[in-house]
Amino acid sequence: MIDYLREIISGTWSLFVGLGITIRYFFQPVVTVQYPYQTLPMTPRFRGHIELVKDEETGETKCIVCGMCQKACPSNCITVNGEKREGVKGKVLTEYTLDFTKCSLCGLCVESCTPKAITFSKDYNLAGVKKEAYIFDLKKRLEAKN
Amino acid sequence: MSAFAESEANETFVLNLGPQHPATHGVLRVKLTMDGEYIVEAEPVLGYIHRMHEKMGENRTWAQFLPNTGRMDYLHALAFNHGYVSVVERAAGIEVPERAEYLRVITSELNRVSSHLLWFGAFILDLGGFSPLLYAFDDREHILDLLESVTGSRLTYCYFRFGGVYNDIDDNFVAGARAFIKRLRDRMPMYHNLVTKNIILMKRLQEVGPISAEMCRKYGATGPVCRGSGINFDVRKHEPYSIYPEMDFEVPVYEQGDSMARYMVRMDEIEQSLRIVEQALDKLPEGPVMAEKVPKIIKPPKGDYYHAVETARGSFGVRVVSDGSNTPYRLKLRSPTFSNLSLYGEACRGMLLPDALALMGSLDLVIPEIDR
Repeated sequence: MIDYLREIISGTWSLFVGLGITIRYFFQPVVTVQYPYQTLPMTPRFRGHIELVKDEETGETKCIVCGMCQKACPSNCITVNGEKREGVKGKVLTEYTLDFTKCSLCGLCVESCTPKAITFSKDYNLAGVKKEAYIFDLKKRLEAKN
Repeated sequence: MSAFAESEANETFVLNLGPQHPATHGVLRVKLTMDGEYIVEAEPVLGYIHRMHEKMGENRTWAQFLPNTGRMDYLHALAFNHGYVSVVERAAGIEVPERAEYLRVITSELNRVSSHLLWFGAFILDLGGFSPLLYAFDDREHILDLLESVTGSRLTYCYFRFGGVYNDIDDNFVAGARAFIKRLRDRMPMYHNLVTKNIILMKRLQEVGPISAEMCRKYGATGPVCRGSGINFDVRKHEPYSIYPEMDFEVPVYEQGDSMARYMVRMDEIEQSLRIVEQALDKLPEGPVMAEKVPKIIKPPKGDYYHAVETARGSFGVRVVSDGSNTPYRLKLRSPTFSNLSLYGEACRGMLLPDALALMGSLDLVIPEIDR
């Protein structure tokens, strides 16, 4: 009987202790951010979808069309095509397509790239209604930047 | 349990729990044969998100399977990463630099804490308490930010590589991790006051869902489930890998075998993981984070290799069979929750439905890992 009463008292007290904690936290500053009005700074290492890097000297892409990224990709979402042009050493990039519907953002392509021609973008607001919106033509994106 | 199964057999009915039910945390279906409020039989039905990860491994090169590991157990992705890279390193005979091993342990222990914090929030949510989830997510957010700053992603990390890790950490990470350890240690008493000592939680967990040590052995349960039943088994201690032998930590074991014991094991494990991270940060050596002589195309010699790691839910083992080519011949994944769930049918026989849900929550199920 005494144990029973003791349990009721200690149990009720435990509820008040919990309520005390929530009340204390109620008066502490808010920890959440009012997205999209406020955003947090992004980490420089954020792995977004890939993007072609501009060569600072030539203003063109650094890609040498070796196809290593295409081979490294686990989901076959990269298509690279190039052609031989007269007067230019090596191949010239004609197509670089990323099928973002299949990409799992693993970053194996960026690691496999010897000339460091691809990097991660910082895009994360990716929402759309059509599948075609996620077939990225990265060459066009690079040219649009110039 | 005295009122159990007093009615005739033809008075039972079948209740489907799931495949879309908030308490099953994913697409798990449990076929319950009920006698009123009591469970006569429970049969977990799996396969709703089976993605053939094992078969996928056979069709990809060794490195291409890496991102898959994080998709199995998305809450403790780094441990699954660790298991896979370790087995391939063992097969191909790749030496890992010491600093990389330290980074692996630091990040995967932080990941374990974040997994336990999410479990803590979701478990209390199953039992009907909402606010602890918000406190847990507040702390978990700090870990996700830390891991994002070093790995680049927040959930499905693919950070470990054969022969090391993908990125080195910087001083900000070390300072952030130390600040987080202090923060969480300061907040642990708050969690215990808010939740553990709460009379409602105690009444719902104590002596509910008992799992005996024999049952754990019979079904191969590992992790906090078996440690809550008095079996002292932790892969980090008993089949040590990486730098765990150099770390000083304890394996929390509770004898009771009820849901409360499993709850306490996980809460104690958070503190032990913080201890490991702290020690690893103190001892962190300088040096490279990637082995120098890692071949670009990995072709392990013919043979059969196995490596187990301790994830937040138990022992995760990877067995690979190599035929000397650039893809695995066979890739077998032994996931902990699959075994932990197997005992559910036997353990919840004769229980009330709400108690069975408390038991299910205490098993810490991650469905993508059960189905693979």
